Amino acid sequence: MAFVGAFTRRPDADAKVRGAARYVADLDVPDAWLGGTVRADVARGRLVRIDRDPGFDFTRVVVVTAADIPGRNVVALITDDQPLLAQDAIEHHGEPIALVAAPDRATLLAALAALRPVIAARTPCFDMEASAVVWKRIAIDRGDVDAVWAKAHRVVEGTFHTGSQEQMYIEPQGCVAWPPDRHGVVVVRGSLQCPYYVQKALMAALDLPAERARVVACTVGGGFGGKEDYPSVIACHAALLARAAGRPVKLLFDRHEDLAVTPKRHPCRVWHRTAVAADGTLLAMDIDVRMDGGAYTTLSPVVLSRGVLHATGPYRCANVRVRGAVVATNHVPYGAFRGFGAPQTCFAVERQMDRIATELGMHPVALRRHNALAPGDRTATGQLLDDSVAAHAVLDAVVAETGCARMPWRTQKRGRRRRGFGVSLFWHGAGFTGSGETKLKSRVAAAVLADGRVEVAAAATEIGQGTEAMLRAIAADSLGCGAADVALTEPDTGRAPDSGPTVASRTCMIVGGLVAQACRQLRDRVGGDEARPFRDRAAAFVRDGGDGRVEVEYHAPPGIVWDEANYRGDAYPVYGYGADVVEVEVDVATFAVKVLRFCTAIDVGRAIQPGLVRGQIEGGSLQALGFGHLEVVTTQAGRLRQDRMATCIIPTAVDAPPMRVLLVERPFQHGPFGAKGVGEMPADGGAPALAAAIEDAIGIAVDAVPATPERLLAAWLQTHPEEAL
Amino acid sequence: MNAAPTAVYSPRSLATALAVLADRAPVTVLAGGTDLMVELRTGRTQVASVLDLWGVEELRFVRAEAGGVRIGALTTITELRRQPSLGAWPLLAACAADFAAEQIRNRATVGGSLGTASPAADLGPVLWALDAVVRLRSRDGVRDLPIPAFLLGYRRTARRADELIESVWLPGRLPTERGAFVKVGTRDAQSIAKVVVALVASRDAGSGQVTAVRAAAGSVAERTVELASLQELVGRRPDAAALLAVSRVAASRDCAPIDDVRSSAVYRRHALQRVVCDMLTSTLEVPLEDG
Amino acid sequence: MIDLRFRVNGEWRSVRVPPLARLLDVLREHLALTGTKEGCGEGECGACTVLVDGAPVNSCLVPACQVADRDVVTIEGAGHESIQEAFADCGGVQCGICTPGMILATRACLAEWTARGEPCTEAGLRRALAGNLCRCTGYGGIIAAALRAHGGAT
Repeated sequence: MAFVGAFTRRPDADAKVRGAARYVADLDVPDAWLGGTVRADVARGRLVRIDRDPGFDFTRVVVVTAADIPGRNVVALITDDQPLLAQDAIEHHGEPIALVAAPDRATLLAALAALRPVIAARTPCFDMEASAVVWKRIAIDRGDVDAVWAKAHRVVEGTFHTGSQEQMYIEPQGCVAWPPDRHGVVVVRGSLQCPYYVQKALMAALDLPAERARVVACTVGGGFGGKEDYPSVIACHAALLARAAGRPVKLLFDRHEDLAVTPKRHPCRVWHRTAVAADGTLLAMDIDVRMDGGAYTTLSPVVLSRGVLHATGPYRCANVRVRGAVVATNHVPYGAFRGFGAPQTCFAVERQMDRIATELGMHPVALRRHNALAPGDRTATGQLLDDSVAAHAVLDAVVAETGCARMPWRTQKRGRRRRGFGVSLFWHGAGFTGSGETKLKSRVAAAVLADGRVEVAAAATEIGQGTEAMLRAIAADSLGCGAADVALTEPDTGRAPDSGPTVASRTCMIVGGLVAQACRQLRDRVGGDEARPFRDRAAAFVRDGGDGRVEVEYHAPPGIVWDEANYRGDAYPVYGYGADVVEVEVDVATFAVKVLRFCTAIDVGRAIQPGLVRGQIEGGSLQALGFGHLEVVTTQAGRLRQDRMATCIIPTAVDAPPMRVLLVERPFQHGPFGAKGVGEMPADGGAPALAAAIEDAIGIAVDAVPATPERLLAAWLQTHPEEAL
Repeated sequence: MNAAPTAVYSPRSLATALAVLADRAPVTVLAGGTDLMVELRTGRTQVASVLDLWGVEELRFVRAEAGGVRIGALTTITELRRQPSLGAWPLLAACAADFAAEQIRNRATVGGSLGTASPAADLGPVLWALDAVVRLRSRDGVRDLPIPAFLLGYRRTARRADELIESVWLPGRLPTERGAFVKVGTRDAQSIAKVVVALVASRDAGSGQVTAVRAAAGSVAERTVELASLQELVGRRPDAAALLAVSRVAASRDCAPIDDVRSSAVYRRHALQRVVCDMLTSTLEVPLEDG
Repeated sequence: MIDLRFRVNGEWRSVRVPPLARLLDVLREHLALTGTKEGCGEGECGACTVLVDGAPVNSCLVPACQVADRDVVTIEGAGHESIQEAFADCGGVQCGICTPGMILATRACLAEWTARGEPCTEAGLRRALAGNLCRCTGYGGIIAAALRAHGGAT
């Protein structure tokens, strides 16, 4: 194997370091107009009418309202409850009401200001605990928790909160749409993760058959889940404007608009009650998860699903009850962000484990090691773990690297700057939850070109994570050819089959698996003497009339069974495992938290491109640390308070700690070359380990993140009232 | 919203710049653009016409004057950090090192920072603690205003519409003085202050008595404020308990912090008190009490 | 409108633009130099970093009237192959949107330290690059690339 497991330069690097890569805002589109959106300035209400300032000449622009939508006025996704443009009900601040296209920015801004929606305000709901509208409920039951409480050595309870978080891809969202061409085909190019999601939305909104809705992903300047569902909205808006204007329209968000209206991580509250034996064995776990879904369903049911399925952590427990609900509020809809519900529930269960350790006087490493899932164990849904189970391996790796198993936990520290450490153990299901992959039936094609190179066609997008290099390495080694002999099609619904969305840590395992399968079939079909270069044999094969095209479709590995109705069975084909150790210094004057050291061990099955895998782990880990203490996302009357990059902060190079990344490889028999997933997992463990480290340093419970200095001070003053001013 | 200004003047001399101010009012003054360009883009600020000072080389200087130093208004933050002739005022370099990021430091100017008069400005407390005097120039002459008389309120200064901030003069420092600058930001770099304090103090080597203390803070009121309560240390030989007490008084009386998107009033008071106590302890070399 | 004449990547260019047009827009829209990216429009992210007379600045905050007769370098004219090569090989590039600004900021600080005879340290690099936000890498690959580029340069 020449490319899998090797360090190779990513194919997109050269264009990117020279500024030659074309992102959506870089597209040169002659005659394009600029699009903009008129938005609601209240969180809930009824749209009475849209007044037009008579002083503005509306013949200079194009205006689109709900009445102008040729298809259905919905953002087609899971539940079609979200309108593309408000017609009557306003459910969140910033909800789109009308669209404008204009020849230049000044005219656009003037037109937007001249359209004045009249809205009768209604009473909004911002409190998820008080919300009576539930987007989705999920229950998981195993054994009988209620039979355990009375006989347990200890019963430990805790309630944990996680805040929202902004993806903060550095490239704001945007799409360019062209009006229907002479064949009636509408083309959209944009910064997006999931071309076929956008195509589905366009088909519904513009009443188009699939062949007339073509979606192409540009080079994407970061996504992290933020460009999973929302680009459907922008694409439909741009396409509606282009149709009305009869010319291409660029709908590019600036940072302010992007922050104000695009979906962010779901705020979450998790309650735990755990029964433990004297030796630390988990006897029963009772867990209640509640998430704020915001004003429309969007992806919330699936976020909740991943959240509850990860709620027990990678721990063995015979009796489990998980109840989950994601509810409606009048917040801007929350959505996908790396981890997709798991970082929230992972935070809670890891803090609960630390709480149990403290109660029992056990070392947090020892408690985790004692309960960590091992081959032969079953999860809360009854899934038997028999392949690629690495919970102990990752924990052992970070313990060996940091020596944290010998560090005393929660001893009294003194002085202004106090140090502490924290550990977390986590897991992450690779691929879609439950029967998602089976329903999706992803497809990938591989075809021999006339010159013997092979073109691999998949809709997986390169959003920075390294899709191109990874798929190319898998294809090359599956074919037995050079990486340069593999060409990848653009993620274009007109050219690549639907290999599913670029989400859920699925691109390597699922799409990569299909690429491997297609390429192996092609290799067998081409045949010949493998001592000769593949390219020569392949060129000869097609020259001689051989059918050089293979298309494959996903089928779940044998024995994988999921019962959606009862949440029983194999929730994921396999899990990846991770462990983090964080060391911090907390200044008890300012409660500033400095992360001194960060060590993580991540099991990816097999690192197809180790350099890229490290990049994913380091980047995801820093996002997780940011989630833990730095990144604050709050609302006031339904409006985002941190609505600029100056206030919606993410870590700088100075805030980022040096990172030690340990790759653990426990191959998964059904993954390509043994690979599982990596994208999301690093987002899960950083925040709880960081919170634990702060707790160890200054002795106050950190049950909520982000653990800002303001929050830490408030908790500190509870136990140090003499310091209050 | 977002209308382009009707006129932009880019003079090459101070005299022309002053003439524009006198004849074309109202004119918005532009230096390095790190504030105004954002304000214009977002539409938060509307301007009729703009006086672009960037080409007025006469405002770009640092020179010794009257036992101190005079710093031209167009001096950038990077220059504050790099100018060897400012070595006697290390607080300037300390402040500059923590000021925004390199790209901003290369553009933001002393005059611009003063003129914007943001309550969260890092430079305000430093100039206040260093007894800086702002020189305003108009066609009619100059006015010299000490910082307390110049910074009037939230983004409000004593500059008249026909005046420019020409320079800032800093008096020379005494060898007995020690200074400290502390910024508590929203993150470890490129941050906006939640609390920022500059302090200069000295004590008599023989008697150990505090001879002078001057401190000012930012982001804890609608403008930069002096921590006037610290004056009660003058003439005393404070111990650690006294510093704790006086810092608590300062944090209670000398500021009026608010809850905003960056922090809370409670936090700001607390951090201010702890930071000031620590700064006094180090600059006055007071032994720490155990605990 | 003004007739702006300035040097871009070594060549003198003339464009007719509003005096307060953002240098960013002048480069992207008038000169088709789209390697300079806009991430925030308010001087926070550093994606629009260019060099003016050798110093890194946020081109979203620089009005056109202030670069008259000045020397501007964008990623398209950055030269210094060793820095680009190091970013490509050390994990300094993921989505790439911060990369042009990051490379120019790196180039400026390495040049300045070399000129001043100051050592290039990891801590110094982290400070010097704090005005360039990256959401993908966690900065490890970027710092490694800058250190390698410096090593290669000396």
